[in-house]
Amino acid sequence: MFLSVLLDLGTGYGIAALGAGLAAVGAGIGIGRIGGDAVQAMARQPEAINDLRANMILTAALVEGAAFFAMVVGLLVVLK
Amino acid sequence: MKILEEVDPPLRDESYLRGRKQGYPPPVMSIPNLLRAASLLIGSLLFGAANAQHEGHGQVPQHDVVDSTVAAVVAADTDAPKLALEEAEHGGRFDAGKLIMGHIGDEHGWHLWGHTTLPLPIIVYNTERGVSVFSSSHFDHGHKTYGGYMLHEGSIVATKAEDGTDVHHATIDEPLTKATWDISITKNVMSLFISLAILLFVFIGVAKAYTRRAGQAPTGFQNLVEPIILFVRDDVAKSAIGPKYMTFMPYLLTAFFFIFLNNLLGLVPFFPGGANLTGNIAVTLVLALITFIIVTVKGNKHYWHHILAMPGVPGWVLFILTPVEILGMFLKPFVLMIRLFANITAGHIIALSFFSLIFVFGETNAGAGYGVSVMSLAFTVFMTMLELLVAFIQAYVFTFLSAMYIGAAVEEPHHH
Repeated sequence: MFLSVLLDLGTGYGIAALGAGLAAVGAGIGIGRIGGDAVQAMARQPEAINDLRANMILTAALVEGAAFFAMVVGLLVVLK
Repeated sequence: MKILEEVDPPLRDESYLRGRKQGYPPPVMSIPNLLRAASLLIGSLLFGAANAQHEGHGQVPQHDVVDSTVAAVVAADTDAPKLALEEAEHGGRFDAGKLIMGHIGDEHGWHLWGHTTLPLPIIVYNTERGVSVFSSSHFDHGHKTYGGYMLHEGSIVATKAEDGTDVHHATIDEPLTKATWDISITKNVMSLFISLAILLFVFIGVAKAYTRRAGQAPTGFQNLVEPIILFVRDDVAKSAIGPKYMTFMPYLLTAFFFIFLNNLLGLVPFFPGGANLTGNIAVTLVLALITFIIVTVKGNKHYWHHILAMPGVPGWVLFILTPVEILGMFLKPFVLMIRLFANITAGHIIALSFFSLIFVFGETNAGAGYGVSVMSLAFTVFMTMLELLVAFIQAYVFTFLSAMYIGAAVEEPHHH
């Protein structure tokens, strides 16, 4: 069923979806590393937890921004 | 040694192990089990739906009945039902994309429930016809023409047809449409006014309370607002801007509360929520533009020196670095705009996609529709909870990044 849905989408749409998916993979790796390292740093230095949390959210937002560029481009392709 | 002894007893205490032996699994175990059950359920539903599609080619009339019932069952919840019901009534296929785009976009008139719509004023300026102001109810949900205008795919176009003509019989007048400027009070503008009223009501009340009850413990709304204001002051403004933070507090607080309130209102599925205001790129554009103007106007000599001619860099590198820095000046507010817009819009799209799954599956098979609705509802609730978190984080990130850019612009040079 999903295969037919994908075929229905047509070439341009499918590739737009692929691009958005690849951007999500990149952002996933980035945010995963930020989260993992931040938790490790918090465990090592619990007294610095507030600074670490603020920086973690900030860096995650920056990584996310890059992914959203790709997503917006994908949306523009789909909506034209 | 003493420390060790103090730590040891709870470890030696085997009561929790005994509990396990007697058949009480620790609570953590239930989560993987739940996930396993959920994935099994989803898997079987998908499989069932795929089979049903192959078998059920000769049951068209039954499908139509199913569509309208499934649509009616969920009709009470969001904006979705109007479109879904219309699709079902007209016998067309359910178009999830159309539904989602309809929800995250803007509209003339505010859909409340069923066929009830709150009419909003239409204000159109045409260079040839002048200004016309009338209620959006004259358009009859976009089916009729009025005053020489009609709705075409959600936007106002000019026509020469008489008032009350069906839009399918009216033709669009291209040159007149190009001369038309639509400055209507749309759903998003109305939502902006509502949030403005809420913010003014809350903050004027709180400000009065502080002068009236100076030196006393806070009451009422003060209790809600004070910790957030202190959070913005201490964790955002002070830490990012430094000693000059007081000048920028009004903007940072306004931006924070405006974004936060509108993010939250966007999550409420019924009036006065439901408008996708912070997920509208024009709104985030203006917010980012204000940050850009503050940074550019308040930027001191030190800041401009760093942009135009970075100190301590060889002259030939400046040929590359200065254009990059100037590009960065515009890129920062641009990313600020995209981030807020995309975060909020993506949240709405994902929540509605889970919701639309009900109708997509309901179209192939009734049982699949009802079965998926359980999972779909659970996922929608989960996404909404996640969006509550995102609503706060995005307001925080926007304010914090604005504060950081302002901080970089007003920073005094370090004396080495």
